[in-house]
Order: sequence, then C-alpha cells, then structure tokens
Amino acid sequence: MQFLRKLFSRNRRYDDISVSIQEHIEERTEELMAEGRSRKQAEQAARREFGNVTLMRERSREVWQWAALESLLADLKLVFRRLRKSPGFAATVLLTMALGIGANTAVFSVIDSVLLKPLPYPDSSRLVALILNAPGAAGMADFTGGLRISPSMYLTFSGHNRSFQSMGVWTSGTASVTGLAQPEQVQTALISDGILETLGVPATAGRWFSQVDQDPRGAKTVMLSYGYWQRRFGGDKSVIGRSIQVDAQTREIVGVMPRGFKMVDHEFDLLVPLAVDRTNQKLAPFYLEGIGRLKPGISVAQADADVTRLISLWMDSWSNGPGTNPHFYERWRITPSFRSLKQRVVGDVGGVLWTVMATIGLVMLIACTNVANLLLVRAESRQQELAIRAALGAGRARIARELLTESLTLGLMGGVIAVGVAYAGLRLLTAIGPADLPRLSEVSLDARALCFTLFLSVFSGLLFGSIPVLRYARAKVSTAIGSANRTASAGRGRLRSRNVLVVAQVAMALVLLVSALLMIRTFAALRNVDPGFSDAAHVQTMHIWIPDLLITDPQTVTRVQNSIVDKLAAIPGVTSVGFAGAVPMENNDPNWDEIGAEGKRYDGGEPPLRLFNYVSPNYFHTAGTKLVAGRDFTWDDNYGLRPVVIVSENFARESWGSASAAVGKRVRQFSSMPWQEVVGVVQDVRQHGVDQDAPPTVYWTAMLNDPYTRTPTIDGPRSVTFVIHSSRAGNEGFLAEVQRAVWSVNANLPLASVQTMQDLYSKSQARTSFTLVMLAIAGSMALALGVIGIYGVISYAVSQRTREIGVRLALGAQKNDLKWMFVRSALLLTGCGIALGLGTAAALMHLMKSLLFGISPLDPFTYITVPLILAISAALASYLPARRAASVDPVEALRAE
Amino acid sequence: MAKNPEHRDLFPGALEIMILQSLRLRPMHGYALVKHIKNVSDNLLQVEEGSLYPALQRMLREGLLESETGLSAKGRPTRIYRLTDAGLRHLEQEVVSFEKMFTGITRVLAVAKA
Repeated sequence: MQFLRKLFSRNRRYDDISVSIQEHIEERTEELMAEGRSRKQAEQAARREFGNVTLMRERSREVWQWAALESLLADLKLVFRRLRKSPGFAATVLLTMALGIGANTAVFSVIDSVLLKPLPYPDSSRLVALILNAPGAAGMADFTGGLRISPSMYLTFSGHNRSFQSMGVWTSGTASVTGLAQPEQVQTALISDGILETLGVPATAGRWFSQVDQDPRGAKTVMLSYGYWQRRFGGDKSVIGRSIQVDAQTREIVGVMPRGFKMVDHEFDLLVPLAVDRTNQKLAPFYLEGIGRLKPGISVAQADADVTRLISLWMDSWSNGPGTNPHFYERWRITPSFRSLKQRVVGDVGGVLWTVMATIGLVMLIACTNVANLLLVRAESRQQELAIRAALGAGRARIARELLTESLTLGLMGGVIAVGVAYAGLRLLTAIGPADLPRLSEVSLDARALCFTLFLSVFSGLLFGSIPVLRYARAKVSTAIGSANRTASAGRGRLRSRNVLVVAQVAMALVLLVSALLMIRTFAALRNVDPGFSDAAHVQTMHIWIPDLLITDPQTVTRVQNSIVDKLAAIPGVTSVGFAGAVPMENNDPNWDEIGAEGKRYDGGEPPLRLFNYVSPNYFHTAGTKLVAGRDFTWDDNYGLRPVVIVSENFARESWGSASAAVGKRVRQFSSMPWQEVVGVVQDVRQHGVDQDAPPTVYWTAMLNDPYTRTPTIDGPRSVTFVIHSSRAGNEGFLAEVQRAVWSVNANLPLASVQTMQDLYSKSQARTSFTLVMLAIAGSMALALGVIGIYGVISYAVSQRTREIGVRLALGAQKNDLKWMFVRSALLLTGCGIALGLGTAAALMHLMKSLLFGISPLDPFTYITVPLILAISAALASYLPARRAASVDPVEALRAE
Repeated sequence: MAKNPEHRDLFPGALEIMILQSLRLRPMHGYALVKHIKNVSDNLLQVEEGSLYPALQRMLREGLLESETGLSAKGRPTRIYRLTDAGLRHLEQEVVSFEKMFTGITRVLAVAKA
C-alpha cells in the first residue's frame, strides 16, 4: 500500500512540475510580449532563457526517484522488447547459457560437497587419519593407503602419545544378524575405545559404548545406525535394552547413532565394540584404521614427531611370540604419515573431479564465445543506431551500460533456467558418478551452489557482453554513419574480433578433444589388459562368512564350504563352482606375508611380502584364471593338509625364471615351517584393478596348518567368496536357487555382496568410465560449438561480402576460386586455433597423467587425429556458406545496392 | 549554464536559503520566486531555472515546503509553494550558520588585507 500511495503521489508531483514549468514559461512570454515582442518571438525567447524543458522536468522528477534504478528499469524494458523481437536469438543464447551454467553448477555442487566442505563432525579440522608409511613392507602397505595399525600399536600409541585429545581404531566388516526375520548380512564397524569420543557425534538414542563394553570378557553390546534402526525397528525408541543375535552372539542394543553419521567413509548398520584384549597382544596383525582428535594447537607434523618416538617403544613392549625378533619391523621402516581425516576420506578423487570441472568450465567458455559472437552480430546490425545515439550525445558509458544490461540480463535469465538444469544434472551425476565417489550422499544443491550460479551468470554475462562493448561503445560517428553498407566489403576491424573468438574457440575445443581422446585411449588400453579371469559376465560371486560361534571347529568350516560347493554345482545350468579368500577387484586382501623360494638369497636376508590367497579346488577353472603349468589343488590336497602351493606366473618367473621351471620347486614361510611344494602356476591376476600391476601371489589350500601358532593347528578362512560359473549368472531365479542351496546346508548363513565378476570389473573402472563419459560429452559439445562458431563467422562474412563477390564474379572470378577463398580463410583461422590449442594441450595434459593408463599424455596418435578432425570439420562448416557465395548472381548482387 | 558570465553560481545551500526566506514573506509560485529574488537583489543574483525546479522538489521531499494548487498572477492554474513549520526552523538554523560563516570569512579577509 505504502508503495502504491507513493507511486500515486509521485504522479501528482510529476503533474505539479509540468504545470509549474508551463506557467513559468507562459508568464515570461507574456512579460516579453508586454515589452513589445510578437507572441512567437516572445515564446521562443522565453523557452531559450528557460533552457531544456524536458531535461529540467527530468531533473525535477529525479528528486522523487531512485534515479539509477529507474533508468535501469527503462533499459531493461528496452532489452526485453528487443529480445521479444528476435526469439530465435534469445532462445539460442538462453539455452546455451542455461546448459553451460547448469552443468557447471552441478559439477561445482559435487566438488563443493566432496572436496571443499568440512566433514560432518564437530570441529572436524582437528581430526586426523593415523596413516603409517612402511616402504619396507611393500604390498602390505600400499593397497590401503599406508600400513594399517595393529591392536598392540593402538595400545602403545593411545597410552603414551602427547598430541591427541583422543584416538581410536576401527575396521569395517560384515556380520550376520539372525533371530529377527531371515538371516541378514549387515555392514558393521568394529570400533575401539576412543572412536566415538574422537568423532564427537552424540547418540540420538541411548548411549555410546563405555569402557565396560570394550572389555573382551564384559557385557556384549551393539549400537545401531539410524538407517538400520528405521529399517528393522521402525525407529522404535524401546529397542534400547533389547537384544539381537550378531554372528550368533547375543548383544544388547545400547544406542542409536543419528541420521547421516558415517564411520569415516563407511556406511554401517551396526557398531560393534572391537574389545581389544589389553594383555594378550602381539605386534601383528595390521588391519585397523586409526583416527585421532588433535589437542588444540597441535599440528599434524607435531603429532607425526610425537608418534615416531613411540614406534620403537611399541617394538620394545610387545613381541610376536618367543624366539621372534621384536625389532624385525625396523626393516619395514615404519613412520607416521598422518594426514587430515578429510584427505583420507576424499582420497585421490580430486583429480577426477577437478578434471571434469575444468572440462565443463572450458565448454562454458566456448559457449560464451559463441554467445559473444552472436551479440557482435547483433551489435553490428545496430551499429548505425548506436552511432546516431553517440552523435546525439550519448556517452560511451551510457552505450556500454546498455549493451551490458542486455548481456547481463541474458546471463541472469540463463542462470535462472540453469538452476533447473543443474538439479537434473546433479541427479544424473550422482547416478552415473563412480560408485566409490566418497561423500556422495552429502551432495546437494544448496545455497553455496546457488551463489555459484549467480556468480557464473554475472561473470559470463560480463564476459560475453564486454566484447561487443569494447568494439562498439566507442564507435566512430563519422565512419559508422558515413560508411554504412556503402563499402564493397566489411572493414578489417569489423571481422577481427570475431576471428579472434573463433581462434580461441578452436583452441579450446582442441584441448577438450585431446583430453577426451586420451581418456578413450586409456579406456581401450584398460580393456586390452588381461585381468587374469575371463567370461566375467557369467561368473556369479557371493560372500559367505561363518562366525566362530556358529561353527567352532575349523575343519567343519571347510566341510560346510565344501558342501555348499557341491550343492551349488548341482543347480541346473551351473558348469563349475569354487571359492577363494578373495576374488579379484573385491578390495579385500586375505593376507600378506613373507615367503621365500628354496635356495634363493634375498636382499636384506628376508624375502619380500607376498599376497596370500586361499582357494578351493576348481576355483581357477571357475573364475577363468588359466593354469599355466602344473596342476590345480584337489580336495585330497586340502583335507590331507599336503604341503603344496600354487603360485602366480610373475612369482614363478621372478623366483625360478619361468613358469614351467617352478613346478616341483619349494617355498617356505618361516624357517620353523616345513617346505611347501609348488604344484601349479596360474596366470597373473590384477587383484587391485586393471590399472594396478598384478601382485606376485601365493595360493594356499583352504584348510591348512596355521603358520602363526606354536603347535600345529588346523585353520581355514571363515570368510570366503564363492564363484559360480553359469550362463544364468545374475538372473533372479538363479539367485533364489543359489540361496536355497546355501540354506539347505546351513539356514543361518546369509549371502552378501552378490554380484557378477563383470560388476566387480566395471566397478574397478568406474572412475575411468565416469571421466570418459564426462570428457566425451564435453568434447563433443566443444566440437559442435566450435563448428557452429566457424560456420557462423564464414556465413556472416559471405553475407557481408555479397557485393564484393558480385564484383569479383562480374570481373570473371571462377566460382571454385571463390569457394576456396572462404574455405581457406576458415582453415587459416582453424590452423591458428589448432597451433594455439596444441601448445596449450601439451602443457595441460600432464595434469591428467594420474587418470591415464598405458598411454603418454603426449600420445602422438591423439595429437594427430584431433587436429585432423577439427580441420575437416572446419572445412565442412565453411564449405556450406562458401557454396552459397559462389551461387551469388552478380547482377542481383550489384543491383541490390 | 550561466547565461551571464558576470553572475556567479550560488554556492550550495544559498539557493535554498533564499527560497525559504522569500517564501517566508508570502507563498509564491515558481516564476514569482525567480522575479522576487532578482528584484530584491537588484539583479545581482539570478536564479537559474535549471536549479530552481529540482531544488523546489528536493525541499518538498524534505518537508520544508508544501505545494498547493493556486492561480498565478495572470489567473492561470499553477502550484503555489508555502513554507512549513519545519521549513521555518530550518531557515532559522541556516541563517545562524550562514551568519557565522560570513563573520568568519570577513575576518579572514580583513587579516589578509592588513
């Protein structure tokens, strides 16, 4: 209301001013007439004395206005009117901007949520990941990003450090929950004392674990994740105090963690106390991840130094049993290499994300140059108008403001549509994004992303708007008005800015296409690598874990696993079945330890660490891993505890020169242990992904004498992955039959991680394929935009030079020469762009090195193909308008003037 | 914009104080104001029309004046400007501060001559 009244009273004011001024002039006129002038003369004189009536009126009115805003509104009105008059132009620009800004916003949201925002824990900057470097323990220390922590290390570190407010260790695992409905395999996090204190997130119901819960002989308790609590108990608060069966152990529910709480990067269902036995520990095994909360003011480097001194204290305090050398681990050269927890969570995904961001940003720049080009054409057609306005006294700033108002309006309108595009894009990104993208669940379109959109809209509006402004705001009045359409051909200066834009566009498109092609070549190179298994789409895998409390005797465990194999093999359509401690690309290494070949001397006296896997007979055949020499295990080897092993081809070659030479040779783990005969050699398996070298591997039978106990004890892996070769792999009916087969052996065994080998294989390449898809989209967009840019420039040049073409034709120029003239100018521009782009690409591509596999960032094939593609596209794009030029009728062209 | 180079532009605030002072005598319309100031100052001061009307609007907005529909000397409709109470107070304050300023300037000029 206030506003309306103000508007109303303002109109009254305007009338007042007009009336006053009118009367002022009238009275003066009458006075002058009284002095004896004619009415006409008097009126003229009065007006002259008064000055510019309109200006005076404006100035007087401005008192009542927010002047800048109102004149901006007037400008905006003009902009909208002009845009309505050319809907094609408006639609093209808006769509381009919406796509460009939207795509950038989507990728920015991902980068912001994944890389930039702090982790969702209170005061998370003080959280560090306790990562240890151990260059002497190759293999064991590189597959997890450093050496993991052993329980004894944790006890030493947490008891004696001076840098941490709290610290704890944890590991992820799975457990079967029974007694609720069907047996269910759930994700667990085993956490020690100090973990919850370190992360600092309070329970949403119930309480945290206490010291008592961490006593291995104390009460058995468990905490739930919010998701599991909702899913299984419908969010019922009375679950606190109830009990559930976890791995056949009755545990009391003591608390529920809040929604969104993750154990670092692990989405768990249950939190289970790690319950470290404080007295009965050895130096090994190394399987825990450590996190700590630094005391205020302590840096990561200080914590590193603090814990460095504790390494030898750890070796002095514990041993691996009588007769072992506790300072053996000095050879591993263990040093703390702590880093912020965020770095640990985010990992190296930054490389992929920044590459995608840079790519999308570059596409945006290309789009902006295209829009700038369009605006230049528009400004050119308005040149006369602008020149006249300049002649009438419009300042440079006034004209610049108007041009910029137009481009900013376009940018902002594009930005508004872009929010929708970004929302859709984000859903697409999270859908096709690599499955291992950390913090994916935290990605959303929030206020920060919207600010980014606004920034981008304004920035791009200014960017593509400033080019016509630079060109036309200071149009020379005389040349513009005088020469309009009179010269035979466009002046040099007119085309120059557009040519520069095309060169820039081609250069950027080249950079994008080079990166896209490099990714395609990388992907092809990965596809060509033999992963060490075959027919992956027809190999079903699933994980089964047999808890101690369910079946205590290790021999029975193997027998149960054997029965499952037999039952599975009886399913129709199954050709072969086996199991292993871990299948390739599962990101789970059963064991690493040292093993030496008989008669071979090793640097430093001790053999290096090797990957150990435990496999059933027929596992290799099922997974499609080729037997290179010798034979497979038999069940007799297994149950007879025969001292036999199978080794990988690279291990055989390294130890004995060739695969065939390995058969019959012997290896041994420790001097206290019997020799094991190599009975077979299998091809190398890329255990950690196609892009990682195959680790030299030793395969043991599933049932064996535990090498880590004093007296011979039979042991076998309780957690194994079954592989089933069948043409029905992945089929739902088939999976139901598989489940029934397993439950016919033991109804308390849930199946987990049910997937085909092909799924595992694709997942291991998810990042590469994600980057590939993004770069391919960006590259093709860049190519299309570049081609449109070239087409636009040449066809505009043709339309501007119609008269010149007419003259040339009239004077006898050949049509082919004329066509060639235009194509040549396009190729010249493209050539400049290619030269510029090649230099830029060569300089930039080494940044992508970590994403490439098997090819150099300066891959010659790529650097020859891409310029060729661009040159051919440019030739085609310019040929079409050039043909039009050649079809000009000279008579028409000349008459048109 | 000065039509006569002998007339100096008035310094800021001077136009307002003269308008206020003139309107204190009686309400006037625009042209009458111009003539009044011109006559009273014996042609020494000439009010620019270009400054007058925006200044009037400014003072209207600040509530120093109010305008009403009225008739000009020739009996045609126009707007008559009248001083408000706030305008009167403002004028008195301004006069005091102007006098101080003039005294100051006079003293400085006197010292410079000595």
